[in-house]
Amino acid sequence: MSSSSQPSGHGSVKSYVTGLILSLVLTVIPFGAVMLGSFSLPVNVGIIVVTAILQILVQLVMFMHLDFKTEEGWNMLSFVFTVAILALVVGGSLWIMQHLHLNMMIG
Amino acid sequence: MATETLHHDAHADEHEHHHDAGATKVFGFWVYLMSDLVIFGSLFATYAVLMRGTAGGPTGADIFELPLILFGTFALLISSFTFGMGVLAMNANRVGQVKMWLVVTFLLGLCFLGMEVYEFHHLIHEGYGPDRSGFLSAFFTLVGTHGLHVTFGMIWILVMLVQLSTKGLNDKTRPRILCLSLFWHFLDIVWICVFSFVYLMGVL
Repeated sequence: MSSSSQPSGHGSVKSYVTGLILSLVLTVIPFGAVMLGSFSLPVNVGIIVVTAILQILVQLVMFMHLDFKTEEGWNMLSFVFTVAILALVVGGSLWIMQHLHLNMMIG
Repeated sequence: MATETLHHDAHADEHEHHHDAGATKVFGFWVYLMSDLVIFGSLFATYAVLMRGTAGGPTGADIFELPLILFGTFALLISSFTFGMGVLAMNANRVGQVKMWLVVTFLLGLCFLGMEVYEFHHLIHEGYGPDRSGFLSAFFTLVGTHGLHVTFGMIWILVMLVQLSTKGLNDKTRPRILCLSLFWHFLDIVWICVFSFVYLMGVL
């Protein structure tokens, strides 16, 4: 399991172990916060959102090795484009449906 | 001289092409993953819209069992790590170790899938199937689509185990392992969103 024979940019045992530990910690924190139930609702939501974003970054950087160098940055560019589409689809749906909900006076 | 240059260039091109083919395949697969991300994004949006449509049935807080989800989450997160170790073994040309890590990853995937099948079976048995409410329809579609992806990932792992045994590590099997590793890490990212925004937010 030597990482020395490995050229840079494809990860090493160290980066994978770091990624694993970070992802386990970032999983235990939100589960613990919700299961213990000792925080208020806004604090819990904050903890879940922040740990989820950090967790996704850990996976992208430590495991998938997303950076600005591979394929001359096209990996990163297509990812950023997709995130923009996701923001439109998810954010737009919620926005529209929220207004529809209010205008229809359901519930 | 001219022919010599041409010949040299052609030879260099061929070499370059040979080297780039694998990288191009992996990039192409990456683009596919991005489109798959849009599918999951639309399923998340659907879930977010239908989340409160419980039609008098159970809410998320009534049916989600967090200890079970935590178990499945650990299995999937650790499997992402074991696949990474498999890729490192591949880079070190150790085909036996690659197979060993793939088997470990497969077993962890099986733990996760077992958790999900148990949960779905339990919910349907209680009468909380996808036909009960808009919330449950969206829930089963989103979580089920992820589970289906994991199932196909596991079939792919089995196929790669067979190919590694018959063909070994070569220019064809290496990019396939790399694509599969991206697929597996990608499913982890989707699951992070599922457990955060469906299960944890649902219980709050």
